[in-house]
Amino acid sequence: MRQHDPAHPQAMGQGEAEQDHDSAPGRTARTLDFGGYQVVGRTVTIAADPALIHDHFRDPARLNAILGSHLRVEPGAGDHLVWVLATSSREIRVETAPVHDRPGEMRAWRSVEGAELDVEIKVQLREAPAGRGTEVEAHVAYRPKWGLAGHLAARLRGIDPKAQGRQALKRLKMLLETGEIATARNRRAG
Amino acid sequence: MRALTWQGKHDVRVETMPDPQIVNPRDAIIEVTSTAICGSDLHLYDAVIPGLKAGDILGHEFMGRVVETGPGSTLKPGQRVVVPFTISCGACFFCRAGQFAACDNSNPVETQEASELLFGHPVSGFFGYSHLTGGYPGGQAEYVRVPFSDVGPLVIPEGPTDEEVLFLSDILPTGWMAAENAQIAPGDNVAVWGCGPVGLFAVQSALLMGAGQVIAIDHHPRRLELARSLGAKTVDYRQSHVLEALMEMTGGIGPDAVIDAVGMESHGFSPDNLMDAAKQKIGIGADRAHVLRLALTAVRKGGRVSIPGVYGGLADKFPLGTLMEKGLQIRTGQTHVQAYTKQLLHRILEGEIDTTFLISHRLPLEQAATGYRNFRDNQNDWTKVVLKPGRSGADLLP
Ligand SMILES: [Zn+2]
Ligand SMILES: [Zn+2]
Repeated sequence: MRQHDPAHPQAMGQGEAEQDHDSAPGRTARTLDFGGYQVVGRTVTIAADPALIHDHFRDPARLNAILGSHLRVEPGAGDHLVWVLATSSREIRVETAPVHDRPGEMRAWRSVEGAELDVEIKVQLREAPAGRGTEVEAHVAYRPKWGLAGHLAARLRGIDPKAQGRQALKRLKMLLETGEIATARNRRAG
Repeated sequence: MRALTWQGKHDVRVETMPDPQIVNPRDAIIEVTSTAICGSDLHLYDAVIPGLKAGDILGHEFMGRVVETGPGSTLKPGQRVVVPFTISCGACFFCRAGQFAACDNSNPVETQEASELLFGHPVSGFFGYSHLTGGYPGGQAEYVRVPFSDVGPLVIPEGPTDEEVLFLSDILPTGWMAAENAQIAPGDNVAVWGCGPVGLFAVQSALLMGAGQVIAIDHHPRRLELARSLGAKTVDYRQSHVLEALMEMTGGIGPDAVIDAVGMESHGFSPDNLMDAAKQKIGIGADRAHVLRLALTAVRKGGRVSIPGVYGGLADKFPLGTLMEKGLQIRTGQTHVQAYTKQLLHRILEGEIDTTFLISHRLPLEQAATGYRNFRDNQNDWTKVVLKPGRSGADLLP
Protein backbone atom coordinates (compact mmCIF):
# COMPACT_ATOMS: atom_id res chain seq x y z
CA MET A 1 0.00 0.00 0.00
CA ARG A 2 1.04 3.57 -0.50
CA GLN A 3 2.58 5.39 2.40
CA HIS A 4 1.25 8.81 3.23
CA ASP A 5 3.95 11.19 2.17
CA PRO A 6 3.60 14.94 1.76
CA ALA A 7 5.73 14.61 -1.35
CA HIS A 8 3.15 12.23 -2.82
CA PRO A 9 -0.14 14.07 -2.46
CA GLN A 10 -1.76 11.59 -4.83
CA ALA A 11 -1.87 9.24 -1.85
CA MET A 12 -3.73 11.74 0.25
CA GLY A 13 -7.37 11.03 0.83
CA GLN A 14 -6.98 7.36 0.11
CA GLY A 15 -6.65 6.94 3.84
CA GLU A 16 -4.77 4.04 5.28
CA ALA A 17 -7.17 1.52 3.82
CA GLU A 18 -5.71 -1.95 3.64
CA GLN A 19 -5.75 -2.52 -0.07
CA ASP A 20 -3.42 -4.14 -2.57
CA HIS A 21 -2.15 -1.68 -5.11
CA ASP A 22 -0.86 -2.53 -8.53
CA SER A 23 2.45 -1.16 -9.85
CA ALA A 24 0.93 1.70 -11.85
CA PRO A 25 1.72 5.30 -10.83
CA GLY A 26 -0.92 6.78 -8.53
CA ARG A 27 -2.01 9.36 -11.09
CA THR A 28 -3.18 6.61 -13.45
CA ALA A 29 -5.67 5.34 -10.87
CA ARG A 30 -9.28 5.15 -11.98
CA THR A 31 -10.39 7.02 -8.89
CA LEU A 32 -11.22 10.69 -9.16
CA ASP A 33 -10.56 11.15 -5.48
CA PHE A 34 -7.05 12.36 -4.80
CA GLY A 35 -8.10 14.19 -1.64
CA GLY A 36 -9.34 17.16 -3.60
CA TYR A 37 -6.21 17.33 -5.73
CA GLN A 38 -5.95 17.04 -9.46
CA VAL A 39 -2.93 14.89 -10.20
CA VAL A 40 -1.27 14.84 -13.61
CA GLY A 41 2.10 13.72 -14.85
CA ARG A 42 4.18 12.32 -17.64
CA THR A 43 7.37 10.36 -18.12
CA VAL A 44 9.77 10.78 -21.04
CA THR A 45 13.07 9.06 -21.67
CA ILE A 46 15.88 11.43 -22.55
CA ALA A 47 19.23 10.27 -23.92
CA ALA A 48 21.18 12.44 -21.49
CA ASP A 49 22.95 12.27 -18.17
CA PRO A 50 20.74 12.76 -15.05
CA ALA A 51 23.06 15.46 -13.67
CA LEU A 52 22.63 17.51 -16.85
CA ILE A 53 18.86 17.14 -16.67
CA HIS A 54 18.77 18.05 -13.00
CA ASP A 55 20.75 21.23 -13.69
CA HIS A 56 18.08 22.24 -16.15
CA PHE A 57 15.50 22.35 -13.37
CA ARG A 58 17.68 24.48 -11.11
CA ASP A 59 18.10 27.36 -13.53
CA PRO A 60 15.01 29.56 -14.12
CA ALA A 61 16.34 30.76 -17.48
CA ARG A 62 16.81 27.21 -18.75
CA LEU A 63 13.49 26.17 -17.29
CA ASN A 64 11.79 29.00 -19.15
CA ALA A 65 13.21 27.72 -22.44
CA ILE A 66 10.99 24.63 -22.19
CA LEU A 67 7.83 25.93 -20.51
CA GLY A 68 6.06 27.30 -23.58
CA SER A 69 4.32 30.59 -24.10
CA HIS A 70 1.71 30.44 -21.33
CA LEU A 71 3.97 29.59 -18.41
CA ARG A 72 7.20 31.03 -17.04
CA VAL A 73 9.16 31.10 -13.81
CA GLU A 74 10.80 33.99 -11.96
CA PRO A 75 13.20 33.86 -9.03
CA GLY A 76 11.40 34.63 -5.75
CA ALA A 77 12.65 35.57 -2.29
CA GLY A 78 15.55 33.40 -1.13
CA ASP A 79 15.37 30.04 -2.83
CA HIS A 80 11.71 30.48 -3.79
CA LEU A 81 10.50 30.17 -7.36
CA VAL A 82 7.44 32.00 -8.71
CA TRP A 83 5.43 30.23 -11.43
CA VAL A 84 3.56 32.67 -13.64
CA LEU A 85 0.62 31.23 -15.53
CA ALA A 86 -0.85 33.34 -18.32
CA THR A 87 -4.56 32.63 -18.64
CA SER A 88 -6.89 34.13 -21.19
CA SER A 89 -7.92 36.81 -18.68
CA ARG A 90 -4.94 37.46 -16.40
CA GLU A 91 -1.67 36.20 -14.96
CA ILE A 92 -1.73 33.88 -11.97
CA ARG A 93 1.42 34.01 -9.83
CA VAL A 94 2.18 31.06 -7.56
CA GLU A 95 5.12 31.31 -5.18
CA THR A 96 6.76 27.97 -4.38
CA ALA A 97 9.53 26.81 -2.08
CA PRO A 98 11.82 23.87 -2.84
CA VAL A 99 10.88 20.74 -0.90
CA HIS A 100 13.36 18.31 -2.42
CA ASP A 101 16.61 18.83 -4.22
CA ARG A 102 18.55 15.61 -4.61
CA PRO A 103 21.09 16.06 -7.41
CA GLY A 104 20.49 13.67 -10.28
CA GLU A 105 17.37 12.25 -8.61
CA MET A 106 14.62 14.65 -7.70
CA ARG A 107 13.60 18.26 -7.55
CA ALA A 108 10.26 19.44 -6.16
CA TRP A 109 8.53 22.68 -5.28
CA ARG A 110 5.47 23.30 -3.11
CA SER A 111 3.33 26.40 -3.02
CA VAL A 112 3.82 28.56 0.08
CA GLU A 113 1.08 29.39 2.62
CA GLY A 114 -1.45 31.75 1.12
CA ALA A 115 -0.53 31.13 -2.52
CA GLU A 116 -3.37 31.48 -5.01
CA LEU A 117 -3.01 27.85 -6.02
CA ASP A 118 -2.20 24.91 -3.72
CA VAL A 119 0.26 22.99 -5.86
CA GLU A 120 3.21 20.64 -5.81
CA ILE A 121 5.49 20.22 -8.80
CA LYS A 122 7.95 17.35 -8.74
CA VAL A 123 10.54 16.04 -11.19
CA GLN A 124 12.06 12.62 -10.59
CA LEU A 125 14.95 11.09 -12.51
CA ARG A 126 15.74 7.39 -12.91
CA GLU A 127 18.31 5.61 -15.01
CA ALA A 128 16.58 4.12 -18.05
CA PRO A 129 17.23 0.49 -19.00
CA ALA A 130 19.50 -0.65 -21.83
CA GLY A 131 21.48 2.56 -22.13
CA ARG A 132 18.45 4.60 -23.17
CA GLY A 133 19.43 7.47 -20.91
CA THR A 134 17.28 8.87 -18.12
CA GLU A 135 13.58 8.49 -17.41
CA VAL A 136 12.27 11.91 -16.42
CA GLU A 137 8.95 11.97 -14.61
CA ALA A 138 7.18 15.24 -14.02
CA HIS A 139 4.27 15.25 -11.65
CA VAL A 140 1.91 18.07 -10.73
CA ALA A 141 -0.65 17.85 -7.92
CA TYR A 142 -2.83 20.91 -7.51
CA ARG A 143 -5.99 21.87 -5.72
CA PRO A 144 -7.94 24.52 -7.59
CA LYS A 145 -10.04 26.88 -5.51
CA TRP A 146 -13.68 25.79 -5.44
CA GLY A 147 -12.85 22.15 -6.20
CA LEU A 148 -13.89 20.51 -9.44
CA ALA A 149 -15.87 23.52 -10.62
CA GLY A 150 -12.76 25.61 -10.16
CA HIS A 151 -10.79 23.02 -12.11
CA LEU A 152 -13.21 23.15 -15.01
CA ALA A 153 -13.20 26.93 -14.96
CA ALA A 154 -9.40 26.84 -15.08
CA ARG A 155 -9.50 24.54 -18.10
CA LEU A 156 -11.80 26.99 -19.83
CA ARG A 157 -9.31 29.78 -19.20
CA GLY A 158 -6.60 27.82 -20.93
CA ILE A 159 -4.90 26.29 -17.89
CA ASP A 160 -4.05 22.68 -18.63
CA PRO A 161 -1.18 21.48 -16.42
CA LYS A 162 -1.24 18.05 -18.03
CA ALA A 163 -0.63 19.37 -21.55
CA GLN A 164 1.80 22.02 -20.29
CA GLY A 165 3.83 19.43 -18.40
CA ARG A 166 3.83 16.99 -21.31
CA GLN A 167 4.93 19.66 -23.77
CA ALA A 168 7.62 21.02 -21.45
CA LEU A 169 9.17 17.57 -21.09
CA LYS A 170 9.13 17.07 -24.86
CA ARG A 171 10.87 20.44 -25.36
CA LEU A 172 13.48 19.44 -22.78
CA LYS A 173 14.04 16.16 -24.62
CA MET A 174 14.48 17.99 -27.94
CA LEU A 175 16.86 20.50 -26.43
CA LEU A 176 19.05 17.92 -24.70
CA GLU A 177 19.05 15.36 -27.52
CA THR A 178 19.31 17.68 -30.51
CA GLY A 179 20.48 21.05 -29.18
CA GLU A 180 17.35 22.81 -30.43
CA ILE A 181 13.56 22.87 -30.14
CA ALA A 182 11.81 21.81 -33.33
CA THR A 183 9.77 24.46 -35.13
CA ALA A 184 8.10 24.65 -38.52
CA ARG A 185 8.55 28.43 -38.60
CA ASN A 186 10.32 29.49 -41.76
CA ARG A 187 11.64 32.79 -40.43
CA ARG A 188 13.18 34.06 -37.23
CA ALA A 189 10.85 35.93 -34.90
CA GLY A 190 10.64 39.70 -35.23
CA MET B 1 10.30 33.48 -53.47
CA ARG B 2 7.77 31.65 -55.62
CA ALA B 3 6.12 28.59 -54.07
CA LEU B 4 3.23 26.22 -54.73
CA THR B 5 0.62 26.80 -52.04
CA TRP B 6 -2.43 24.79 -51.03
CA GLN B 7 -5.58 26.92 -50.88
CA GLY B 8 -8.28 24.29 -50.58
CA LYS B 9 -9.63 21.21 -52.30
CA HIS B 10 -8.39 21.06 -55.91
CA ASP B 11 -6.99 24.58 -55.53
CA VAL B 12 -3.21 24.93 -55.56
CA ARG B 13 -1.48 28.12 -56.73
CA VAL B 14 2.03 29.39 -57.21
CA GLU B 15 2.36 32.53 -55.11
CA THR B 16 5.05 34.86 -53.82
CA MET B 17 5.99 33.93 -50.25
CA PRO B 18 8.67 35.24 -47.86
CA ASP B 19 12.10 33.63 -48.35
CA PRO B 20 12.95 31.15 -45.60
CA GLN B 21 15.69 31.93 -43.07
CA ILE B 22 17.97 29.91 -40.80
CA VAL B 23 15.89 29.51 -37.61
CA ASN B 24 17.64 26.74 -35.65
CA PRO B 25 21.40 26.05 -35.47
CA ARG B 26 21.32 22.83 -37.50
CA ASP B 27 19.25 24.34 -40.37
CA ALA B 28 20.34 24.85 -43.95
CA ILE B 29 18.62 26.78 -46.74
CA ILE B 30 18.42 24.91 -50.07
CA GLU B 31 17.80 26.52 -53.45
CA VAL B 32 15.57 23.95 -55.15
CA THR B 33 16.62 22.80 -58.62
CA SER B 34 14.15 19.89 -59.05
CA THR B 35 11.05 18.82 -57.14
CA ALA B 36 8.42 16.18 -57.88
CA ILE B 37 4.69 15.80 -57.33
CA CYS B 38 3.98 12.64 -55.32
CA GLY B 39 0.93 10.43 -55.11
CA SER B 40 0.56 11.48 -51.50
CA ASP B 41 0.46 15.13 -52.62
CA LEU B 42 -2.77 14.14 -54.35
CA HIS B 43 -4.21 13.20 -50.94
CA LEU B 44 -3.67 16.83 -49.98
CA TYR B 45 -4.99 18.06 -53.33
CA ASP B 46 -8.13 15.99 -52.81
CA ALA B 47 -8.35 17.34 -49.24
CA VAL B 48 -8.68 13.85 -47.73
CA ILE B 49 -5.79 14.41 -45.31
CA PRO B 50 -6.82 16.81 -42.53
CA GLY B 51 -4.62 19.47 -40.98
CA LEU B 52 -3.77 21.68 -43.95
CA LYS B 53 -4.12 25.44 -43.82
CA ALA B 54 -4.64 27.78 -46.76
CA GLY B 55 -1.25 29.08 -47.82
CA ASP B 56 0.74 25.98 -46.81
CA ILE B 57 3.66 25.25 -49.15
CA LEU B 58 3.53 21.67 -50.48
CA GLY B 59 6.23 19.31 -51.73
CA HIS B 60 8.34 16.66 -50.02
CA GLU B 61 10.43 15.32 -52.92
CA PHE B 62 13.11 17.89 -53.72
CA MET B 63 16.79 18.55 -54.23
CA GLY B 64 18.98 21.57 -54.84
CA ARG B 65 22.01 23.62 -53.90
CA VAL B 66 22.95 24.63 -50.38
CA VAL B 67 22.89 28.44 -50.15
CA GLU B 68 23.11 29.07 -46.39
CA THR B 69 23.93 27.02 -43.30
CA GLY B 70 23.44 27.39 -39.55
CA PRO B 71 26.38 26.92 -37.17
CA GLY B 72 25.35 23.29 -36.46
CA SER B 73 25.03 22.22 -40.09
CA THR B 74 27.70 20.03 -41.68
CA LEU B 75 26.79 21.16 -45.22
CA LYS B 76 28.70 23.75 -47.22
CA PRO B 77 27.24 26.38 -49.53
CA GLY B 78 27.34 25.20 -53.14
CA GLN B 79 26.91 21.50 -52.35
CA ARG B 80 24.22 19.67 -54.31
CA VAL B 81 21.91 17.65 -52.04
CA VAL B 82 18.85 15.41 -52.15
CA VAL B 83 16.64 15.94 -49.09
CA PRO B 84 14.67 13.04 -47.50
CA PHE B 85 10.98 13.79 -46.94
CA THR B 86 11.31 12.55 -43.36
CA ILE B 87 12.72 15.12 -40.96
CA SER B 88 14.85 13.25 -38.43
CA CYS B 89 17.10 14.39 -35.59
CA GLY B 90 19.60 11.53 -35.76
CA ALA B 91 19.91 11.44 -31.95
CA CYS B 92 16.70 10.08 -30.42
CA PHE B 93 16.04 6.45 -29.54
CA PHE B 94 14.36 5.80 -32.91
CA CYS B 95 16.89 7.59 -35.11
CA ARG B 96 19.71 5.72 -33.37
CA ALA B 97 17.90 2.46 -34.17
CA GLY B 98 17.69 3.49 -37.85
CA GLN B 99 13.94 4.10 -37.60
CA PHE B 100 14.20 7.64 -38.89
CA ALA B 101 10.51 7.98 -39.80
CA ALA B 102 9.69 7.47 -36.12
CA CYS B 103 11.86 10.38 -34.92
CA ASP B 104 10.62 11.75 -31.59
CA ASN B 105 12.16 15.19 -31.96
CA SER B 106 11.24 16.54 -35.39
CA ASN B 107 7.51 17.19 -35.02
CA PRO B 108 7.05 20.39 -32.97
CA VAL B 109 5.44 19.65 -29.58
CA GLU B 110 2.22 21.51 -30.35
CA THR B 111 1.60 19.53 -33.56
CA GLN B 112 2.47 16.20 -31.90
CA GLU B 113 -0.72 16.34 -29.89
CA ALA B 114 -3.18 15.24 -32.59
CA SER B 115 -1.37 12.08 -33.72
CA GLU B 116 -0.50 11.18 -30.13
CA LEU B 117 -4.22 11.22 -29.37
CA LEU B 118 -5.08 9.32 -32.55
CA PHE B 119 -2.33 6.69 -32.71
CA GLY B 120 -1.10 6.56 -29.09
CA HIS B 121 2.26 8.03 -30.12
CA PRO B 122 3.15 11.13 -32.10
CA VAL B 123 4.33 10.84 -35.70
CA SER B 124 7.52 12.56 -36.85
CA GLY B 125 7.90 15.66 -38.99
CA PHE B 126 7.59 15.63 -42.81
CA PHE B 127 8.13 18.39 -45.35
CA GLY B 128 5.15 19.92 -47.11
CA TYR B 129 2.47 17.77 -45.58
CA SER B 130 -0.25 17.99 -42.94
CA HIS B 131 0.12 19.94 -39.71
CA LEU B 132 -0.22 16.53 -38.03
CA THR B 133 3.33 15.96 -39.28
CA GLY B 134 4.54 19.40 -38.26
CA GLY B 135 3.27 21.62 -41.06
CA TYR B 136 6.81 22.21 -42.35
CA PRO B 137 6.89 24.36 -45.52
CA GLY B 138 7.69 22.08 -48.45
CA GLY B 139 9.96 21.86 -51.45
CA GLN B 140 7.73 22.86 -54.38
CA ALA B 141 9.31 26.27 -54.00
CA GLU B 142 12.43 28.18 -54.93
CA TYR B 143 13.91 27.82 -51.43
CA VAL B 144 13.38 25.50 -48.45
CA ARG B 145 14.48 25.64 -44.84
CA VAL B 146 15.88 22.17 -44.02
CA PRO B 147 16.08 21.34 -40.28
CA PHE B 148 18.67 18.82 -39.01
CA SER B 149 20.63 19.39 -42.21
CA ASP B 150 23.56 17.45 -40.75
CA VAL B 151 21.43 14.25 -40.75
CA GLY B 152 19.04 14.16 -43.73
CA PRO B 153 20.47 15.74 -46.89
CA LEU B 154 22.57 13.46 -49.07
CA VAL B 155 25.46 15.18 -50.86
CA ILE B 156 25.50 14.24 -54.55
CA PRO B 157 28.82 14.08 -56.35
CA GLU B 158 29.25 15.82 -59.71
CA GLY B 159 28.12 13.56 -62.54
CA PRO B 160 24.54 12.31 -62.24
CA THR B 161 21.72 14.58 -63.39
CA ASP B 162 19.02 15.76 -60.99
CA GLU B 163 16.57 13.30 -62.51
CA GLU B 164 18.86 10.36 -61.84
CA VAL B 165 18.95 11.03 -58.08
CA LEU B 166 15.83 13.10 -57.22
CA PHE B 167 13.74 10.08 -56.22
CA LEU B 168 16.13 9.23 -53.40
CA SER B 169 14.03 11.79 -51.50
CA ASP B 170 11.08 9.41 -51.14
CA ILE B 171 9.75 6.97 -53.73
CA LEU B 172 12.91 4.98 -54.47
CA PRO B 173 13.67 4.26 -50.78
CA THR B 174 9.95 3.65 -50.27
CA GLY B 175 9.84 1.05 -53.06
CA TRP B 176 13.07 -0.49 -51.77
CA MET B 177 11.84 -0.69 -48.16
CA ALA B 178 8.58 -2.23 -49.43
CA ALA B 179 10.58 -5.01 -51.07
CA GLU B 180 12.80 -5.35 -48.00
CA ASN B 181 9.68 -5.65 -45.81
CA ALA B 182 8.56 -8.50 -48.09
CA GLN B 183 11.70 -10.40 -46.96
CA ILE B 184 12.37 -11.75 -50.42
CA ALA B 185 14.38 -14.96 -50.76
CA PRO B 186 16.04 -15.89 -54.07
CA GLY B 187 13.54 -17.37 -56.49
CA ASP B 188 10.46 -16.07 -54.66
CA ASN B 189 7.21 -15.26 -56.38
CA VAL B 190 6.20 -11.71 -55.49
CA ALA B 191 2.93 -9.93 -56.35
CA VAL B 192 2.77 -6.12 -56.35
CA TRP B 193 -0.56 -4.27 -56.38
CA GLY B 194 -0.36 -0.80 -57.95
CA CYS B 195 2.05 0.32 -60.66
CA GLY B 196 2.36 3.87 -59.46
CA PRO B 197 5.87 5.15 -58.73
CA VAL B 198 6.24 3.22 -55.45
CA GLY B 199 4.85 0.00 -56.95
CA LEU B 200 7.21 0.23 -59.93
CA PHE B 201 10.23 0.84 -57.71
CA ALA B 202 9.12 -2.08 -55.52
CA VAL B 203 9.05 -4.26 -58.66
CA GLN B 204 12.57 -3.11 -59.57
CA SER B 205 13.83 -3.62 -56.00
CA ALA B 206 12.28 -7.08 -55.64
CA LEU B 207 13.99 -8.24 -58.82
CA LEU B 208 17.33 -6.83 -57.62
CA MET B 209 16.82 -8.73 -54.35
CA GLY B 210 16.60 -11.97 -56.29
CA ALA B 211 12.86 -12.56 -56.76
CA GLY B 212 12.29 -15.27 -59.36
CA GLN B 213 9.07 -13.75 -60.64
CA VAL B 214 7.41 -10.43 -59.90
CA ILE B 215 3.79 -10.02 -60.94
CA ALA B 216 2.51 -6.44 -61.14
CA ILE B 217 -1.22 -5.71 -60.95
CA ASP B 218 -2.89 -2.54 -62.25
CA HIS B 219 -5.25 -1.45 -65.04
CA HIS B 220 -3.46 1.52 -66.64
CA PRO B 221 -1.85 0.16 -69.86
CA ARG B 222 1.04 2.64 -69.77
CA ARG B 223 1.91 1.76 -66.18
CA LEU B 224 1.69 -2.00 -66.85
CA GLU B 225 4.00 -1.48 -69.82
CA LEU B 226 6.55 0.23 -67.54
CA ALA B 227 6.34 -2.74 -65.15
CA ARG B 228 7.00 -5.15 -68.03
CA SER B 229 9.96 -3.04 -69.15
CA LEU B 230 11.48 -3.59 -65.68
CA GLY B 231 11.12 -7.35 -66.07
CA ALA B 232 7.79 -7.98 -64.32
CA LYS B 233 4.91 -10.12 -65.52
CA THR B 234 1.63 -8.23 -65.38
CA VAL B 235 -2.02 -8.85 -64.56
CA ASP B 236 -4.60 -6.28 -65.72
CA TYR B 237 -7.46 -6.69 -63.26
CA ARG B 238 -9.91 -5.49 -65.89
CA GLN B 239 -8.88 -8.38 -68.14
CA SER B 240 -8.25 -11.22 -65.69
CA HIS B 241 -9.40 -12.65 -62.37
CA VAL B 242 -6.48 -11.65 -60.16
CA LEU B 243 -6.72 -14.38 -57.48
CA GLU B 244 -7.04 -17.17 -59.99
CA ALA B 245 -4.31 -15.73 -62.20
CA LEU B 246 -1.87 -15.46 -59.27
CA MET B 247 -2.53 -19.06 -58.21
CA GLU B 248 -2.02 -20.34 -61.74
CA MET B 249 1.16 -18.26 -62.24
CA THR B 250 2.71 -19.61 -59.02
CA GLY B 251 2.13 -23.33 -59.49
CA GLY B 252 -0.93 -23.35 -57.27
CA ILE B 253 1.05 -22.24 -54.22
CA GLY B 254 0.34 -18.50 -54.25
CA PRO B 255 2.90 -15.67 -54.10
CA ASP B 256 5.50 -15.98 -51.31
CA ALA B 257 5.19 -12.26 -50.67
CA VAL B 258 2.67 -9.59 -51.60
CA ILE B 259 3.12 -5.81 -51.67
CA ASP B 260 0.17 -3.42 -51.40
CA ALA B 261 1.43 -0.26 -53.11
CA VAL B 262 -2.07 1.17 -53.50
CA GLY B 263 -3.11 2.00 -49.95
CA MET B 264 -6.37 3.50 -48.95
CA GLU B 265 -5.59 6.54 -51.01
CA SER B 266 -8.89 8.23 -50.52
CA HIS B 267 -8.72 7.82 -46.77
CA GLY B 268 -7.04 10.27 -44.44
CA PHE B 269 -5.67 10.29 -40.93
CA SER B 270 -8.74 10.56 -38.77
CA PRO B 271 -11.72 8.26 -38.34
CA ASP B 272 -14.27 10.96 -39.10
CA ASN B 273 -12.38 12.00 -42.20
CA LEU B 274 -12.33 8.38 -43.20
CA MET B 275 -16.09 8.30 -42.98
CA ASP B 276 -16.30 11.46 -45.07
CA ALA B 277 -14.02 10.03 -47.69
CA ALA B 278 -16.03 6.84 -47.83
CA LYS B 279 -19.25 8.79 -48.20
CA GLN B 280 -17.79 10.99 -50.90
CA LYS B 281 -16.23 8.28 -52.97
CA ILE B 282 -17.96 5.05 -52.19
CA GLY B 283 -16.73 3.20 -55.25
CA ILE B 284 -13.09 4.13 -54.92
CA GLY B 285 -12.97 3.71 -51.16
CA ALA B 286 -14.38 0.21 -51.38
CA ASP B 287 -11.98 -0.74 -54.19
CA ARG B 288 -8.94 0.43 -52.34
CA ALA B 289 -9.80 -1.37 -49.11
CA HIS B 290 -10.37 -4.33 -51.38
CA VAL B 291 -6.69 -4.46 -52.42
CA LEU B 292 -5.36 -5.36 -48.98
CA ARG B 293 -8.06 -8.02 -48.50
CA LEU B 294 -7.22 -9.44 -51.90
CA ALA B 295 -3.49 -9.45 -51.18
CA LEU B 296 -4.06 -11.32 -47.90
CA THR B 297 -6.19 -13.87 -49.71
CA ALA B 298 -3.69 -14.31 -52.54
CA VAL B 299 -0.49 -14.72 -50.53
CA ARG B 300 0.61 -18.29 -49.78
CA LYS B 301 0.29 -19.82 -46.32
CA GLY B 302 3.08 -18.52 -44.09
CA GLY B 303 3.74 -15.74 -46.59
CA ARG B 304 4.77 -12.12 -46.09
CA VAL B 305 2.67 -9.00 -46.56
CA SER B 306 4.33 -5.62 -47.11
CA ILE B 307 2.26 -2.44 -47.02
CA PRO B 308 3.98 0.72 -48.34
CA GLY B 309 0.62 2.17 -49.41
CA VAL B 310 -0.61 4.96 -47.20
CA TYR B 311 -3.28 4.16 -44.63
CA GLY B 312 -4.26 6.72 -42.06
CA GLY B 313 -7.36 5.67 -40.22
CA LEU B 314 -9.49 2.62 -39.60
CA ALA B 315 -10.05 -0.22 -42.01
CA ASP B 316 -13.39 -1.91 -42.26
CA LYS B 317 -13.71 -5.69 -42.70
CA PHE B 318 -10.03 -6.39 -42.16
CA PRO B 319 -9.63 -10.17 -42.65
CA LEU B 320 -7.99 -10.98 -39.35
CA GLY B 321 -8.95 -14.64 -39.72
CA THR B 322 -7.05 -14.93 -43.00
CA LEU B 323 -4.02 -13.44 -41.32
CA MET B 324 -4.15 -15.86 -38.39
CA GLU B 325 -5.26 -19.07 -40.07
CA LYS B 326 -2.66 -18.72 -42.86
CA GLY B 327 0.10 -17.66 -40.45
CA LEU B 328 0.97 -14.46 -42.27
CA GLN B 329 3.42 -11.72 -41.34
CA ILE B 330 2.77 -8.04 -42.01
CA ARG B 331 5.37 -5.28 -42.21
CA THR B 332 4.60 -1.67 -42.98
CA GLY B 333 5.48 1.91 -42.10
CA GLN B 334 6.56 5.30 -43.35
CA THR B 335 9.96 5.02 -45.01
CA HIS B 336 13.13 5.38 -42.96
CA VAL B 337 14.60 7.29 -45.90
CA GLN B 338 17.93 8.20 -44.26
CA ALA B 339 18.65 4.49 -43.69
CA TYR B 340 18.63 3.79 -47.45
CA THR B 341 19.89 6.87 -49.30
CA LYS B 342 23.61 6.05 -49.29
CA GLN B 343 23.33 2.47 -50.55
CA LEU B 344 20.73 3.41 -53.16
CA LEU B 345 22.86 6.32 -54.43
CA HIS B 346 25.69 3.81 -54.77
CA ARG B 347 23.47 1.50 -56.82
CA ILE B 348 22.44 4.42 -59.05
CA LEU B 349 26.07 5.46 -59.61
CA GLU B 350 26.96 1.81 -60.38
CA GLY B 351 24.21 1.70 -63.00
CA GLU B 352 22.19 -0.97 -61.16
CA ILE B 353 19.14 1.24 -60.73
CA ASP B 354 17.68 3.76 -63.17
CA THR B 355 14.74 5.87 -62.05
CA THR B 356 14.40 8.25 -64.98
CA PHE B 357 12.09 5.91 -66.93
CA LEU B 358 9.28 6.99 -64.61
CA ILE B 359 9.29 10.69 -65.53
CA SER B 360 6.58 11.54 -68.04
CA HIS B 361 6.43 15.32 -67.70
CA ARG B 362 8.70 18.23 -66.79
CA LEU B 363 7.14 21.59 -66.02
CA PRO B 364 8.31 24.94 -64.70
CA LEU B 365 7.21 25.51 -61.10
CA GLU B 366 4.84 28.21 -62.36
CA GLN B 367 2.78 25.48 -64.08
CA ALA B 368 2.58 23.26 -61.00
CA ALA B 369 -1.23 23.48 -60.83
CA THR B 370 -1.44 21.96 -64.33
CA GLY B 371 0.82 19.17 -63.13
CA TYR B 372 -1.40 18.40 -60.15
CA ARG B 373 -4.56 18.34 -62.25
CA ASN B 374 -3.18 16.01 -64.91
CA PHE B 375 -1.30 13.74 -62.48
CA ARG B 376 -4.63 13.22 -60.75
CA ASP B 377 -6.94 12.97 -63.75
CA ASN B 378 -4.76 11.16 -66.28
CA GLN B 379 -2.83 8.56 -64.34
CA ASN B 380 -2.13 6.47 -67.41
CA ASP B 381 -0.05 9.09 -69.20
CA TRP B 382 1.13 11.31 -66.33
CA THR B 383 3.27 8.80 -64.44
CA LYS B 384 5.57 11.33 -62.70
CA VAL B 385 5.86 15.10 -62.87
CA VAL B 386 9.10 16.95 -62.13
CA LEU B 387 8.87 20.69 -61.44
CA LYS B 388 11.72 23.07 -62.15
CA PRO B 389 11.75 26.29 -60.10
CA GLY B 390 13.29 29.25 -61.88
CA ARG B 391 12.85 27.76 -65.35
CA SER B 392 10.59 29.22 -68.01
CA GLY B 393 9.32 26.12 -69.77
CA ALA B 394 10.83 26.67 -73.20
CA ASP B 395 14.13 25.31 -71.93
CA LEU B 396 12.45 22.17 -70.60
CA LEU B 397 11.50 20.78 -74.00
CA PRO B 398 13.35 17.52 -74.59
ZN1 LIG C 1 6.35 11.28 -51.93
ZN1 LIG D 1 15.17 11.42 -34.01
